[in-house]
Amino acid sequence: MPGPLTDPRGTAAGATPTRRGTEAALLAFAVVITVVAQIMVDLTVTGSLRPEMAGFSVWITALWVVAHLVVRKWASYADPLLLPAVALLVGLGLTVIHRLDLAAEQVGSTVTREDAPVQLIWATLGVALFVGFLVAVRDHRSLARFAYTLALVGIVLLALPAVLPASMSEVNGAKIWIRVAGFSIQPGEFAKLCLIVFFAAYLEDKRDVLALASRKVAGLELPRGRDLGPVLLAWVLSILVLVFERDLGSSLLLFGIFVVMLYVATERASWLFIGLGLFAGGALIAYQIFAHVQARVDTWLSPSDYYDGAGYQVMQSLFGLGTGGLFGAGLGGGRPDQVPVAKSDFIASAVGEELGLFGLVAVIIVYLVLVERGLRTSLVVRDAFGKLLAAGLAFAIAWQVFVVLGGVTGLLPLTGLTTPFLAYGGSSLVANFVLVAMLVRISDAARRPVTPQAAPVRLGDAPTEVVTP
Amino acid sequence: MSELVLQIFRFGFLLLLWLFIFAAFRVVRADLFGGRTGRVSSVPPRAASPKKRGHRGPRSLVVTAGPLSGTKITLGDQPILIGRADDSTLVLTDDFASSRHARLTNRGGQWYVEDLGSTNGTYLDQQRVQGPLLVAPGQPIRIGQTALELRS
Repeated sequence: MPGPLTDPRGTAAGATPTRRGTEAALLAFAVVITVVAQIMVDLTVTGSLRPEMAGFSVWITALWVVAHLVVRKWASYADPLLLPAVALLVGLGLTVIHRLDLAAEQVGSTVTREDAPVQLIWATLGVALFVGFLVAVRDHRSLARFAYTLALVGIVLLALPAVLPASMSEVNGAKIWIRVAGFSIQPGEFAKLCLIVFFAAYLEDKRDVLALASRKVAGLELPRGRDLGPVLLAWVLSILVLVFERDLGSSLLLFGIFVVMLYVATERASWLFIGLGLFAGGALIAYQIFAHVQARVDTWLSPSDYYDGAGYQVMQSLFGLGTGGLFGAGLGGGRPDQVPVAKSDFIASAVGEELGLFGLVAVIIVYLVLVERGLRTSLVVRDAFGKLLAAGLAFAIAWQVFVVLGGVTGLLPLTGLTTPFLAYGGSSLVANFVLVAMLVRISDAARRPVTPQAAPVRLGDAPTEVVTP
Repeated sequence: MSELVLQIFRFGFLLLLWLFIFAAFRVVRADLFGGRTGRVSSVPPRAASPKKRGHRGPRSLVVTAGPLSGTKITLGDQPILIGRADDSTLVLTDDFASSRHARLTNRGGQWYVEDLGSTNGTYLDQQRVQGPLLVAPGQPIRIGQTALELRS
């Protein structure tokens, strides 16, 4: 792992700014944008403010005030941009979901349930977990101790929907849910976190072997055959997810995260090539064997041929993005409800239609800021576990956004992944709040000035004293 | 809603979004260039007396070989601890280095290297370091696969 291993803060005597003021200001800005967006939607669509508006504003403000105060108290040197970026994305997501609720009411849809208040409750739960994590975990390195437990938990969570009967786990053909008593959660989102922590701890342990023992073949440093074990295992795991849960997204996400973390840990580009090769092989086989993968690829290649069936969603999304153009139709001015499941899988196309290319790019840049801060944390933090964990978490966000936006814009085949923080869906939102809590915790450790330690007393210099029993 | 208001909403909101991004970028920028006192230089503010000694003393430690090759540390008054331990000043990722391998100390503008009981030893110009040895600028210090030297 390259990086400035010299400590840039070591000599700054207590002068490192905590930057909590910056965070508070940006959070206030994000809250203002959220409230303005909500007001705009209400005024544009219904012509009047809804009575719950005041309550909503107070609630959302309280949410971020609490989060900020907790960071101030328990992670005072944390990165100042992580929380505001999340606040903006969650706020925009709530607004777009509310806007789609209104659209559903207008066309007199039979579904009368409003999803925005539910999402707000999930966000509240997310902030609660964020707070809980920061209070409970004071040092991210303590997570490494639970690495193997977390790996087990992750695999169980991942496998659970596959073994449950379809009535309890299947929604729209993907067996990735657990539905109990009216609640449905997607355990894969939490499995993702557990597995990233495990990968980080495992690779910290084994990276020397994986990096050093190698043979050179055609200019590439290839690892020994027996060291391929873990990457093959990750590959098999993601193939199993694909087979038993028919979930292209999680499969791609897990494998991508593992290969990139392996690369970060060993600095060997050969791992990326091996990963790409395995991916290509897996994708080819999956395409040959599984009808659902084949259907996905076919609709991806020519969505207009399947306009009446599987391609309808993507085509509607592309029409929406086209209608939005550069500047969008304005919040509340478009018809984003024309895209099926716009609230969860296709929320990006709703954003693109109403805010245009400029708005969608702005949202992507906010993700970019989030990822950049994560990677920066990874560079600055001193311990290898923290570096790997932060890099893995940041990459998970980046990869997920790329795969989802690729699907919505027709660049990649559609997958079942959610847009982090933006899309409707409790599990995804709550899990991503925990992810950000981890990043905040690591960035606090990274930016906190080193307390000057007393020079170790050398045994020879230590005064001798007689110890009498 | 009049058309004018809708247009103001439409562009005003995009403007607001981008203002947020510029505010965020200002923070990123402040982090990269200044604003963080620690990274500018490690010469302490009260560096008047070392200055009087002129520019004779070495001012940086450079890694010339090994995995960290190219890394540069600005020298201050504090001793520099080298090893694989996470709290070292220079954290080596070298399999032949011990966790607390060697230390460089400043005594009156001169730097001395001493070995902290490492397994594979510290070498100054082919000579194995036993007690503290004076290091001249440009003289290679070798720890495992890593080579370091002082530069003025």
